[in-house]
Amino acid sequence: MRKNRAIRLPDDMGHFGPFGGRYVAETLMSALIELEKAYKAAKRDTAFRRELGAQLQDYAGRPTPVYFAQRLTEKGGGARIFLKREDLAHTGSHKINNTLGQGLLARRMGKSRIIAETGAGQHGVATATVCARMGIPCEVYMGEEDVRRQALNVFRMRLLGARVSPVVSGSRTLKDAMNEALRDWVTNVRTTYYLIGSTAGPHPYPMMVRDFQSVIGREAIRQFRKATGGLPSAVGACVGGGSNAMGIFYDFIQHPKVRLFGVEAAGKGLSSGKHGATIARGKVGVLHGSKSYVLQDEGGQILEAYSISAGLDYPGVGPEHAWLKKSGMATYVSVTDTQALEGFDLLSRYEGIQPALESSHAVAYGYALARKMRKSESVLINLSGRGDKDAGILMEQEKASL
Amino acid sequence: MNAINDTFLKLKNAGEKGLVVYLTAGDPDFKSSLSYLRAAADGGADILEVGVPFSDPTADGPTIEAASRRALAGGMNVRKALELVHELQKTHSTPVVLFGYYNPFFRYGQTSLWKDARAAGVDGFLVVDLPYEEAGVAIDEMRKEGLCWIPLAAPTSGIGRIREFDRAGSGFMYLISVTGVTGVRDMFPPEMLSWSGKVKSAVTLPLAVGFGISTPEMARQAVRHADAAIVGSACVKIVERDGRSSRGPARLCQFVRSLKSALR
Repeated sequence: MRKNRAIRLPDDMGHFGPFGGRYVAETLMSALIELEKAYKAAKRDTAFRRELGAQLQDYAGRPTPVYFAQRLTEKGGGARIFLKREDLAHTGSHKINNTLGQGLLARRMGKSRIIAETGAGQHGVATATVCARMGIPCEVYMGEEDVRRQALNVFRMRLLGARVSPVVSGSRTLKDAMNEALRDWVTNVRTTYYLIGSTAGPHPYPMMVRDFQSVIGREAIRQFRKATGGLPSAVGACVGGGSNAMGIFYDFIQHPKVRLFGVEAAGKGLSSGKHGATIARGKVGVLHGSKSYVLQDEGGQILEAYSISAGLDYPGVGPEHAWLKKSGMATYVSVTDTQALEGFDLLSRYEGIQPALESSHAVAYGYALARKMRKSESVLINLSGRGDKDAGILMEQEKASL
Repeated sequence: MNAINDTFLKLKNAGEKGLVVYLTAGDPDFKSSLSYLRAAADGGADILEVGVPFSDPTADGPTIEAASRRALAGGMNVRKALELVHELQKTHSTPVVLFGYYNPFFRYGQTSLWKDARAAGVDGFLVVDLPYEEAGVAIDEMRKEGLCWIPLAAPTSGIGRIREFDRAGSGFMYLISVTGVTGVRDMFPPEMLSWSGKVKSAVTLPLAVGFGISTPEMARQAVRHADAAIVGSACVKIVERDGRSSRGPARLCQFVRSLKSALR
């Protein structure tokens, strides 16, 4: 039942139920149609699939392990907690799965320049990495606020030869970086490939990014079965735009007994107005090329999102998540900055793993969920990235609490 | 008959080219914005394109983005933009196209929007990020209300798509002169003229060329194979500079007059 409803989406026009689609300026329409054709052809091409598979293995280090977090499980005293270790993938997060795929596609399409937007900088680093490897010039748009709080990733991108362009409009975060990347693309559309990092944007991006990220869930099912003989009772992942969550959810959708939890950023609290909980608090609208839930005011103006983690600080969410929410196939919850920091501490102290602040949201929720569940049950958390990049923010937090 | 069609018919009979002037509604406030719109009409604008500001104008360059910010800071929204058009129509019969991004229109409620817009005196809509493929229902609803759906044709569109727009649209077709965002430019790309000629011979709707036109000379070039020139950012820059000053509308009126005289 679930399979029929979800696996075949989107439709030919990129719709997931009432969500998705292509809401862009006419100048970009032909480029999106060209991209969709090129992607579909590549997907059917065994040589493309083989090359991507080889690179995911030899370059990105896949498969990433599923790890049983024994001490964290014992501390919780409930369900067993497992981690899908995307933090161990090359460049430090799941983002490389998608940038390798789209990078190969860009080369196949003969594009001479790649642009990207980035929030936490993980997608920017993963894009710059792939561009360095392929010898394609790369420009990354990043909100000025994110440039400040993710300085390490900005430096990494520059070391990889990418140009990082700070964006000074609006909230100076991911939303504004995406605006600026779209402006660049509309200007240089004939030569430039826009490498979107999230399951957001106009069709075919949400579908394509999901497909490239779905390796996470595909591996996890196989690994979990091998380790435990079954499937997890629940799967949790953080949701900003939604790429790591969509990546781990997608193959699990076929298994209705596995409960899926998307964890949004509640920031300073849902009632504070300072959060990134788009599904919890947004209304249906159109942002960055697709219809989904959007944080907006009554007049349809986009509101600024907030989260301690730059990667969740986005007022939109991928259209397929909107569909999973509406159809009840996944549940969306939220976790505050403070809870996420607790999640970070827990995993650091009990497992010696320092997660990205984005992933810390999933850790915090997954741990709380596991505590309420039976010992015979299990929770799989997608650990989407590692936390080195957040050392600066954590130091600021520590100073503030002294 | 829709007032936009009427305008192009009159222009044709007079052997003139048309001038479409874009201004952002509520920039820098409701009252000043009304004065600027009136000044543009007095200066000879044949059609006014009234922009509803949006927080994330991804198809616009810095000039119109800044105008949107000023207008939003002054509290402009879809409802007030309709009031503005209504006020304008009390003194000027110049046809009005409401220009904007889809989300504020979607939030307003599509079906009531067309009715309210018609009642306010709007003649057509140009929704930047609602391409033909997503616009089906909107186009039908607008047609029933007697509103024109103004299609956008880009240098990347291809003649096949443009022919489809020509069948679905009404009023005029907005030809984007360059791949890029809105904003003042010094010259057109060299291929613009041959391309606008190609489009002109393929469509039945009047053709209006926009993006980058900043001087009367450029306006004259733009209409060599077209029926009208659209000037936005160059006019908005006057509003940006003069703001609430009483001299602003007079300066805009003069600039619009210079543009229009190049099209006669």
